[in-house]
Amino acid sequence: MENLIGLLVAAPLLGAAVLLCGGKRLDRVGHWLGTLLAAASFVIGAVLFADMLGRSGEHRALHTHLFSWVPVGGFRADVAFQLDQLSMTFVLLITGVGTLIHLYSVGYMEHDERRRRFFGYLNLFLAAMVLLVIADNYLLLYVGWEGVGLASYLLIGFWQHKPSAATAAKKAFIVNRVGDMGLSIAIMLMFTTFGTFAFGPVLSSAGDAGEGKLTAIGLMLLLAACGKSAQVPLQSWLGDAMEGPTPVSALIHAATMVTAGVYLITRSGAIFNAAPDAQTAVVTVGAVTLLFGAIVGCAKDDIKKALAGSTMSQIGYMILAAGLGPIGYVFAIMHLVTHGFFKAGLFLGAGSVMHGMNDEVDMRKYGGLRKYMPVTFVTFGLGYLAIIGFPGLSGFFSKDKIIEAAFAKGGTEGWILGGAALLGAAITAYYMTRVMLMTFFGEKRWVPDADGNEPHPHESPKTMTIPMIILALGSLGAGAVFSINDTFLKWLEPVTGHAEGHSPVSALTVTIATMAVLVIGVAIAWSQYGRRPVPAVAPRGSLLTRAARRDLLQDDFNHVVLVRGGEQLTRGLVQIDHTLVDGAVNGTATAVGGLSGRLRRFQNGYARSYAVSMFGGAAVLIAATLLMRAV
Amino acid sequence: MSFPLLTVTAAVPALGAVATAAVPAARRTVAKWLALLFSLATLALAAVQLARFDTGAAGPFQLTESHAWIKDFGVRYELGVDGIAVVLVALTALLIPFVILAGWHDADPLEEARPNRRWRPTQGFFALILLVEAMVVISFEATDVFVFYIFFEAMLIPMYFLIGGFGDRAGEHGEEETAARRSHAAVKFLLYNLAGGLIMLAAVIGLYVVTAHQTGDGTFSLQEIIRARADGRLDMASSTERLLFLGFFFAFAVKAPLWPLHTWLPNAMGESTAPVAVLITAVVDKVGTFAMLRFCIQLFPEASKWATPVIMVLAVVSILYGALLAVAQRDIKRLVAYASISHFGFIILGIFAMTTQGQSGATLYMVNHGISTAALMLVAGFLISRRGSRLIADYGGVQKVAPVLAGTFLVGGLATLSLPGLAPFVSEFLVLVGTFSRYPALGIIATVGIVLAALYVLVLYQRTMTGPVKAEVRAMPDLKVRELVVVAPLIALLVFLGVYPKPLTEIVNPAVKHTMSQVDKTDPRPDVPVRAATDKDASHEEASHEEAEAAK
Amino acid sequence: MNPVNYLYLAALLFTIGAAGVLIRRNAIVVFMCVELMLNACNLAFVAFSRLHGNLDGQIIAFFTMVVAAAEVVVGLAIIVTIFRSRHSASVDDASLLKL
Repeated sequence: MENLIGLLVAAPLLGAAVLLCGGKRLDRVGHWLGTLLAAASFVIGAVLFADMLGRSGEHRALHTHLFSWVPVGGFRADVAFQLDQLSMTFVLLITGVGTLIHLYSVGYMEHDERRRRFFGYLNLFLAAMVLLVIADNYLLLYVGWEGVGLASYLLIGFWQHKPSAATAAKKAFIVNRVGDMGLSIAIMLMFTTFGTFAFGPVLSSAGDAGEGKLTAIGLMLLLAACGKSAQVPLQSWLGDAMEGPTPVSALIHAATMVTAGVYLITRSGAIFNAAPDAQTAVVTVGAVTLLFGAIVGCAKDDIKKALAGSTMSQIGYMILAAGLGPIGYVFAIMHLVTHGFFKAGLFLGAGSVMHGMNDEVDMRKYGGLRKYMPVTFVTFGLGYLAIIGFPGLSGFFSKDKIIEAAFAKGGTEGWILGGAALLGAAITAYYMTRVMLMTFFGEKRWVPDADGNEPHPHESPKTMTIPMIILALGSLGAGAVFSINDTFLKWLEPVTGHAEGHSPVSALTVTIATMAVLVIGVAIAWSQYGRRPVPAVAPRGSLLTRAARRDLLQDDFNHVVLVRGGEQLTRGLVQIDHTLVDGAVNGTATAVGGLSGRLRRFQNGYARSYAVSMFGGAAVLIAATLLMRAV
Repeated sequence: MSFPLLTVTAAVPALGAVATAAVPAARRTVAKWLALLFSLATLALAAVQLARFDTGAAGPFQLTESHAWIKDFGVRYELGVDGIAVVLVALTALLIPFVILAGWHDADPLEEARPNRRWRPTQGFFALILLVEAMVVISFEATDVFVFYIFFEAMLIPMYFLIGGFGDRAGEHGEEETAARRSHAAVKFLLYNLAGGLIMLAAVIGLYVVTAHQTGDGTFSLQEIIRARADGRLDMASSTERLLFLGFFFAFAVKAPLWPLHTWLPNAMGESTAPVAVLITAVVDKVGTFAMLRFCIQLFPEASKWATPVIMVLAVVSILYGALLAVAQRDIKRLVAYASISHFGFIILGIFAMTTQGQSGATLYMVNHGISTAALMLVAGFLISRRGSRLIADYGGVQKVAPVLAGTFLVGGLATLSLPGLAPFVSEFLVLVGTFSRYPALGIIATVGIVLAALYVLVLYQRTMTGPVKAEVRAMPDLKVRELVVVAPLIALLVFLGVYPKPLTEIVNPAVKHTMSQVDKTDPRPDVPVRAATDKDASHEEASHEEAEAAK
Repeated sequence: MNPVNYLYLAALLFTIGAAGVLIRRNAIVVFMCVELMLNACNLAFVAFSRLHGNLDGQIIAFFTMVVAAAEVVVGLAIIVTIFRSRHSASVDDASLLKL
């Protein structure tokens, strides 16, 4: 069985290699080849899963050592895999949702001449993402970590001819690199602290290290998670990343890659458990982001950007839960999986809408689409109900648990975190209802585009609707399946550990409060967008709305401080390089030149005057020698 | 007497240079094939060296040759390779065929400009490249300081002519201005390196005087000096040692180049053709960093430790400074040059971190940087030759018209920014870990370099390859077969060494261990050492290592 | 005879030669004076060789002779060319050594 683990990565990697190097002759079958290999990876994952279920909780993890990667002195990095329940959960989510989105892309990218390359990149992403979750040490995880970053870069910038796409891709990669810096420093710290960075030894002896070191490692891991999972303060790339094709947004920027930060923190639970200060930082980041993303999501008129704000906010929930320690890990991952279903479904729905609307993304130009796209409407609607936490749907179970756990943190902290999570739930209900109403209800508002083409909304082809239906079923049932008998809790507990929190408020109270804020959020949204027609041009809005439209001015801040400041700095350095560093050398050269100009007068060209100076010199030397001897 | 493999490896390209230069003017193509043939023969010899190199051998140097040369001054013709040298010889021998292939048409005489029948620029170009190769190879192999010095300096002559004599076809400035800039760059290159070399000459003579004074028998032999120091015959006063160290280090720091002695590199790389730029940064400059490891540290261990803090800071400054300046460049080649300065900062950082990871990483870095810069620069050269401009602003949307060119350029760029999975990542991470374990603050500052690397590479890629297609590049052809033959193996090698660098580390590790023992340094121990339970061999090895240390 | 006398002779010859180089303008004469100085050195070498009883001085004298012969060939050729182009062999007419 262990031998199969490598194949999880190998299958999509092979696909990427073949599709990217294969050339034009693969154009006709490339997309099916890519989909097939993604499905193969999923099937292997399923076989491993079945095998894993056959063993009892403690013996479920599989280890396999492929080869020694970088052996230098005490530094030993291996290519070795570890497949435990946590990794398995991710593998199934990644390859499962991944396969569905491959299938969806077959239809969505049908008219793109570079479709083969698109599938190559998607396969590359799958390989890197699976590698990330099955690596058995942090350095190999780092390979996957940057690998998904690369795939994300390539896919965001897939339509490279658009300058905005190219810029967004670059921005995503560079912001992520800031996070990666955190991860590499964390690995270095682990190496100097423990002499290794393999999961097993590091996590089992985390308790022996000093708290200061552990806090430092934890904060660096958090920085990494912030970059990859678009958490404040490194969240600015996610909104721009929506320049990529919609299947990419669904797969990478909603369901899988952006949740890697949650995986990292959960995986490193042993470190965080022993470093309470780092945990406080994690929950703070999570709480701030869940509000930040939600507020941004309220103001966007671009359907994908509204969903991106929502993604940010939902991952904030997960990070918050992961930061709570053993009372939250399981729920973080559970919300991650359910979110994978409903958010991927929502994005695919958005893609389906755009497909039918000539790639229009402005929700103010939609309206009343439920009549034209019934399948999209139903699947999107199920995703909507799931994300706002409608009772019985998957989001209800997972989000409710997180809010409960936040209160259970105890003390003032617990009240603040719980309050933030509740407020977030209200805002979520508001902005998602807004998206729903603006897109599918009300009057039709679409207008001909610049070329005079009137959009003709229509239902998407089967390759697109089937994945949407499957994901919608997941959004509908996953939460309930996971929660009956605490199935999910029992499944993950051997890996992440679990502790029951002692909430100051009872579970029932939390659920009732959650329902109450949900109703309030929906009601406000309905009063604004359901009762009144939606204006086709966005009103000026309040100060907060305008700031939220601009991602709460974070980009402006980056632009002024980092971009402008950086430009000034590099320009100054170029000047310094030219005038000071080079100038010092040139100055020396000029000085020497001047001196030799003087000396040159002695060179009059007459052989006899040279001879005189020679004789003079010789005479002086001899005289000096004699004098020295005499003295 | 056994077969003098090391001499032959250096002699073959030298012979090739003579043969190529002797080809008649009209037979340009013959000269090219001849040069390629000789460079491939050298590659084969380097491969034989690698194959015959025994990683488990006891002594530091292998395949040694030793003959008396100038008896009166104790100069011996001594060659020998350790794991570091043999790898760098292989790198040199590997890159030269690609340089030759990439520069296939760079020295073709223009039809309208043919002063006379005997004018043979093509022959000269390839002969000079082979000559440089011969000198670089023997510099890596020399274990006698004097022999090393001779070839270290002599290398400047062919390089001077390569930089000053051959450049890109007149670009935006017109024929005359381009030629003036080129000769300015060549003179700058020569002056900087000569200044370094002359100071080193003084130190070389000083070394001889010191050894003659103390042991009674002046010598330039590295092994002899190490032996003399080990048994106490040689005990330099610390002030003497420091002066001599500085003399050597200055020359190598100019060559490497280390901030603030770097300004010749952007000029030289900017004005020369892409293959020559590769020759400078990927091959010739490596002699500087290599010599720091072999001569500075092994000859003057105490002084090395004394100078380490300053050098480390300069190296970190190089890393950030080079990267920041690369971001601001408007010229593709100068951008790559500043990126190289940043990378050389990493190499020097690794060398002077004095940890196994740092020095092994630095050695791997030399190899990987050679390959990745060659890939990036040669593709940039193909791009520049198509459009006739080095300015980034003159490009845009190339990806659409020449996807293979853009793809290979991206891979070269990703290697430059040390993407995991490609070879430079392994070395960069080792250098950072090695630095961090002794100097955490410097390690963290150096890590900022990886963000800046992403910035300059991706900005370059974005501005040249993406966006709307510019009118001037609309008719740009994609890579030709010859060009693909140059790039594809380099990329394959980058991937291979990124995934499986073990063959290299196995050769390099013993040599680094030996170098570390010269300076009497051991790696810092982790705070909370944990035993890897799954890897039995490894834990056994570690245990024996600990025992050895306890015995000390 | 006392070998030191040869040294006096050598010094005398050298001084004559040096004075000639400095004073005379005709290139041929200057040239001959240079030769005189060289030969004075040779004489000194041989004399020292005799004094110290080893052959090094004599060997060097032979070297000097060979070099002097070579120098004469090149030097006379230069003088002849200069004379042809300038119709004068005065050393003060040519001042092209400067930049």
